[in-house]
Amino acid sequence: MTDRALAVVRAGALTTVQDLGRPGHAHLGVPRSGALDGPAAALVNRLVANPPEAAVLETTLNGCALRPRSAVVVAVGGAPCPVSVDGRPVPWGAPVLVPGGALLSVGTAVSGVRSYVGLSGGVAVEPVLGSRSTDLLSGLGPPPLTDGTVLPLGRPNAPHARVDVAAQPGPPAELVLRVTLGPRDDWFTATAVRALTTHTYRVSSASNRIGLRTEGPALERARPGELPSEGMVLGAIQVPPDGRPVVFLADHPTTGGYPVIAVVRATDLPAAAQATPGTPVRFVAVRRR
Amino acid sequence: MRALPVGDRALLVEVSTDGEAQALHADLVRRRAEGSLSVREIVPAARTVLLDGLDDPVRLAEQLAASQVPPVPPRAGEIVEIPVRYDGPDLAEVAAHWDVSPHEAARIHAAAEFRVAFCGFAPGFGYLTGLPARYGVPRRATPRTTVPAGAVGLAGPYTGVYPRPSPGGWQLIGTTDAVLWDHARVPAALLSPGTRVRFVPVGTVPVGSS
Repeated sequence: MTDRALAVVRAGALTTVQDLGRPGHAHLGVPRSGALDGPAAALVNRLVANPPEAAVLETTLNGCALRPRSAVVVAVGGAPCPVSVDGRPVPWGAPVLVPGGALLSVGTAVSGVRSYVGLSGGVAVEPVLGSRSTDLLSGLGPPPLTDGTVLPLGRPNAPHARVDVAAQPGPPAELVLRVTLGPRDDWFTATAVRALTTHTYRVSSASNRIGLRTEGPALERARPGELPSEGMVLGAIQVPPDGRPVVFLADHPTTGGYPVIAVVRATDLPAAAQATPGTPVRFVAVRRR
Repeated sequence: MRALPVGDRALLVEVSTDGEAQALHADLVRRRAEGSLSVREIVPAARTVLLDGLDDPVRLAEQLAASQVPPVPPRAGEIVEIPVRYDGPDLAEVAAHWDVSPHEAARIHAAAEFRVAFCGFAPGFGYLTGLPARYGVPRRATPRTTVPAGAVGLAGPYTGVYPRPSPGGWQLIGTTDAVLWDHARVPAALLSPGTRVRFVPVGTVPVGSS
């Protein structure tokens, strides 16, 4: 194998390869997938002079450790965390040269959930339907990293960006999600629709790349029965029989049979990707644009 | 026809029957191909078609509200033939539900022409319609924890083929060696919405007093 590769020394709780995902295949039952915190993934790519579609690593809570075979420029963003090379602290949110054979350690998130590791050249696993993203719902793309995994890297194509530390939004103390009601708000009681936008929910620890699950008042249905399966969008707030709203994230199923009471604005979803369990969530109704 | 806004960039178009949904889907795909509709995803389902990634959903909703569901397109295009051994563990139960012998149940299924109404559940899993309405069957009361790839199953009005091993509650009537999904193949999915399908019996079929 070429020396444009890295070995995974510590995979962490859940580290996946992510890029812009594979939109356009929902009619075949293929989720869009892609980095949950898109702006953070875009930033680390920019810091290492990658194009926006280059694949990065998305960690979950406790980071990962990597050993590149040859020198690679790395930037870590998203959830703030300590970063070190062979034990020496290096800046987070800035491009860092990691020599071949050195150990890059991405530590536990100080706040937030998902850190992003941009690598010059990008992770060059074989794309599936135009994307290298790991899709945890359907199993497309590379499996989550395990200790010992070796990942190929692409060729870097330009000198890296000259910035010291890039500004990034901090993880939210309170997650405010703007929503437009519908398409199935008429399946709920008026009280339930009001409860959604007036009560404070909390992020459940059962959240994952498929959905942000919440804890809070159960939303009561106005009509019984089942909805025939229908297409689902990113940000849809689906309400399963337990009444607790679930916000669909990148690996969401393409169709579903539980009614969608409202839809979260796409621009508010990156913050949802960084909200730790227990974070208060407020759904704020806004007018459709 | 009703067009419900979904967020800021999508519409859920609702019709009354699965036939109308298939006709509407075919018409929207045709409009996108000819360039009169700009949309990222067209996702048909049982009674709806979702249009996601629209620039101006409000205007399109007005247009759709003022229009009729297009006529069902003529049966055109190639038929995908799926070889099937009618050896599923639930064939006898399905036959009993239909009040026929297992052999006759297999014959009824193989005689129908199917159409992929929509996909979902897993990449490459199609919901096929085409059996007369009286042949609907309930899902199994207890889903199986593992259904093998290639299992041909029935649920409600639909026939489906499992693209890969997964849990499932459909009544399994047969098995195919056809590869429903192969992401290294172009196209990856053997079945996509609108595809015409016929199941062709192969090997031995169970003996019954048909």
